[in-house]
Amino acid sequence: MALADVEVLVPGSPEEAVSAFGDGRDVLVVAGGTIVMPELSAGRLRPRRAMLLGRAGLAFVVRSDGTVTIGAATPVAALEDGDEPLATAARHLADGEVRAQATLGGNLCAPPWPETPTGDLQAPLLVLEARVRSAGADGERTEPLETFLGQSRDRLLLDVSYDDVPRRTGYAASWRPHAVHRTILAVAAAEREGELRVAATGLAPRAVRLRAVEQSRDPADALVGVDPSDDALASGWYRARQLPGLLEQALAAVAEGAA
Amino acid sequence: MRLTVDGVEHELARPGLATLLHVLREELAVTGPKAGCQQGSCGACTVLVDGAPRRSCLLPAAALDGAEVATVEGLGAAEHLSPLQAAFLEHHGFQCGFCTPGFLVAAHALLERSPAPSRREIEAALGGHTCRCTGYLGIVEAVEAAAEAGGAAR
Repeated sequence: MALADVEVLVPGSPEEAVSAFGDGRDVLVVAGGTIVMPELSAGRLRPRRAMLLGRAGLAFVVRSDGTVTIGAATPVAALEDGDEPLATAARHLADGEVRAQATLGGNLCAPPWPETPTGDLQAPLLVLEARVRSAGADGERTEPLETFLGQSRDRLLLDVSYDDVPRRTGYAASWRPHAVHRTILAVAAAEREGELRVAATGLAPRAVRLRAVEQSRDPADALVGVDPSDDALASGWYRARQLPGLLEQALAAVAEGAA
Repeated sequence: MRLTVDGVEHELARPGLATLLHVLREELAVTGPKAGCQQGSCGACTVLVDGAPRRSCLLPAAALDGAEVATVEGLGAAEHLSPLQAAFLEHHGFQCGFCTPGFLVAAHALLERSPAPSRREIEAALGGHTCRCTGYLGIVEAVEAAAEAGGAAR
């Protein structure tokens, strides 16, 4: 099927988007398009129906009643001056033109590319203890981001929220220089009332929590339960050797109370 | 759907999931935006959508009903170059020219929002654009000269 022949739905509200999505089995969701449009142009994706989220009223950042809520279609650029460590990750994603178009929802939901990791915002949101509100065949539900990342294929992400409380945070990453830098590996950490959360993007197709390090606070435990994967950016061997150093930087920033 | 390109309004049949770049080049014969990497990495296809620089290879045209698109072809003409285009010519801001439409459009947007940008601002605004001829110094100097000569005025 040619791209021009794909049936395109453009919902005008969140309710219309949920209705058009249905059980999600027969519709490709396009938010900013920065991840899926190259796949479509290259012929690797050929949906029969697609839903464009840009006019569905899902682009917002709201801070109220002790909660920060971010709509699925919010551009990454809107997060650059927000809470850490999400803001630092957002500032390093691609370049300004792409950040103005790429969305939070795409970053969390798009299938990982085989060649390079995607999902730079996932690790920061995991350490912010983010919750995801989504819709699907069994209706609407809210669940931890960690649960959602494992099963997002048939869900329409509506928004992400986290508690608006003080945290000490850290973020450290390595990038492969290109016209826009590609993230090889990134570590996010946040401490809230003495409880530490640590997560990494680039070790696996989706971001993962590093629970052993959360318990011990020792970068030497970086590889406990972790098997870094290979892709076109770097080998698992290389990532395994980068991880302790990045952890050390992120944990030092937490200890110093710096962003 | 309606799309205004360089001041000319067009009625488009259903574009499906075709990119804005495809519609511009293949349907409207506006070939200033270039099909480079077609995955958002090079910037050769950058156009202005309602005044903001966007990679046209990443944008589904169907999302742009009613939008105003400006390409390099709307910035000036051969007989009447914009200050920015004239500065690119004077400061050797291009070699093969393939990346030039994207650089010009992105630099134009920068000068519209920041008429006297610092070198760091220029580098940040153009940092996602690739010049395979590596003529970056001339490009940055051209933008600085254009700012001194009157900014982005068409």
